[in-house]
Amino acid sequence: MEREKTGFFGSQQGLLFAIVGIFVIYPFFVSNYYIDVAFFFGIYALLGLSLNIVLGEVGLFDLGHAGFYAIGAYTTAILNTKLGIPILVLLPVSAISAGIFAYIVCSPIIHLRGDYLCIVTIGMGEIVRLALINNPFDLTGGPNGVYDIDFPSFGGPFVIDSSIEYYFLIWIIVVLSIIGLIRLQNSRIGRAWNCIREDQIAAGASGIDVRYYKLLAFVIGAALAGVAGNIYASKLMAVSPESFSFWESCMLFCIVLIGGMGSIPGILIGAAFISLFPEIFRPFAMYRMLIFGLVMILMMMFRPGGVWPRKRGGTEYVSLLSRIRKKDA
Amino acid sequence: MQVVFEQIINGLTIGSFYALIALGYSMVYGVLKLINFAHGDFFTLGSYLGYTLLVFGSAFITTHFGLWGGMVAAMLMAAMCLAFIGVLVERVAYRPIYPAGRLPAVVSALGASIVLQNAIMVIWGPRYQAYPAKLIPNIHLNIWGINITVLQVVILVLSFVLMGILYYIIQKTVFGAAIRATALDKDTASLMGINFNKVIFFIFTLGPALGAMTGVMVGMYYRQISFTMGWNYGLKAFTATILGGIGNLPGAMFGGLILGVLEMLGAAYISSAWKDVFVFMILILVLIFRPNGLFGEKIAEKV
Repeated sequence: MEREKTGFFGSQQGLLFAIVGIFVIYPFFVSNYYIDVAFFFGIYALLGLSLNIVLGEVGLFDLGHAGFYAIGAYTTAILNTKLGIPILVLLPVSAISAGIFAYIVCSPIIHLRGDYLCIVTIGMGEIVRLALINNPFDLTGGPNGVYDIDFPSFGGPFVIDSSIEYYFLIWIIVVLSIIGLIRLQNSRIGRAWNCIREDQIAAGASGIDVRYYKLLAFVIGAALAGVAGNIYASKLMAVSPESFSFWESCMLFCIVLIGGMGSIPGILIGAAFISLFPEIFRPFAMYRMLIFGLVMILMMMFRPGGVWPRKRGGTEYVSLLSRIRKKDA
Repeated sequence: MQVVFEQIINGLTIGSFYALIALGYSMVYGVLKLINFAHGDFFTLGSYLGYTLLVFGSAFITTHFGLWGGMVAAMLMAAMCLAFIGVLVERVAYRPIYPAGRLPAVVSALGASIVLQNAIMVIWGPRYQAYPAKLIPNIHLNIWGINITVLQVVILVLSFVLMGILYYIIQKTVFGAAIRATALDKDTASLMGINFNKVIFFIFTLGPALGAMTGVMVGMYYRQISFTMGWNYGLKAFTATILGGIGNLPGAMFGGLILGVLEMLGAAYISSAWKDVFVFMILILVLIFRPNGLFGEKIAEKV
């Protein structure tokens, strides 16, 4: 059987180059406001990709992903303001701390299934947020958060401090993550993840260490969210607990499902929807979120698999499994 | 010692709110395996409708009904409206999406929640609304040194009566048997002549109606309502549902009561700022050791 082509990079190179071209020249033609909108699109794209590892690839319901994002952002904020460590050094540090946090928190709960895992991740996210509000050891600044965070600097005059530079920073990281994730999807790890998503028991019976791979997904997903947190903190120069609420986790969940689970181009579309829609509909003021909710319902009515669903049948095993499933149903 | 009892009674009051909301979650989850995120907003909407009735009917209520009559009237009206809205939301937002599976339905439920919440904001405005103080009974009782209000006692009694009625409906009537059968196995239940759509109709009238009554009681108890409160209560009630074992109705009731009492005791003896952390910690600990909730049955893994 033919190996899956990733689609995005395999068959549609022309389209891909066109999109990349638009992204590169876009910021030179619009005002700073629209560059910032595109920056937040990038942040949501990165967060969507990170949740996609957990939710899309492995099928674990994670409604507390904003917690990992918060850990990354606060790690950066606290270490930068208290110890003066440069932001770019903190980029991997935030990723690692979010990853370690995910490992510690998720190890005892990883055996839970479906909705039980879902509520525990909600609880985890809420605990992180409430802990940040309550200002433990006078580190997190309570409801006001931490402010006066530095700009990322490469040393000397090379400081990232304008909208356009932030725009390129986030999108370069998004592109690097996409490349990494496509490599992951087609690796042994990605295949193991997809098998677990399709049928956990069959995966375990075939010798896949289910627990290990689930934890791995959480750790990698959290680390990527930590990276997003780092950049977010330095862009806003301040972090506060309300940016990491349950609502935020729900929106990330919607990015993955609106785009299409496990589909990278889908995630980008989902992120665009979540981040750009409220901006485009700003003239409608009070009614904008009303329309947003209605569109969400309509999208699920007409494209329940997401706007750009991933092609099924990544590997021989998974496609066989889904064919058996279809026959059963 | 009095403080402990007072806290327990406060906890039971809040817990009965959680329990009543949790029942709505649990019924929908049992039958559709769907986390109905819009349920918290049914509750808020009920609260606002009760508020509107009390504000506009305040003169009529004081002359004809009396305080308690007004409360019951507000609850009943909110319940009837919400039964209708619940069915409407189900028809519009959920029914077309069932065939696609569970996860799209979750997104649709979130969408419905956003729509309801923002509709409330557009209609009643984004600010807090206060229940009219003169329509809320305000009598304090002192039993063996324990200070409670009559309103609290009435709320507790009403909640237990409502829970009892629901329990009776689910466990003893034909309707209830149909719901339980559908929750166990939808296809077989349909083969036995149970009309799936009727079951759904039933749970989407009953759940939101209970939520709406709870909304009015919460408005009476705290006197202040906001359009976002459904989110918080919904989250707690969902926690209660899971704590009791999802899809298990008596479990959801006990889960709610336990959650309320734990929250109040946590607030009194640990720290009021950390009480929610305490609640979620307990939840996580319970699930680590009993992965199917306190009263959930162990479900064999299907291969």
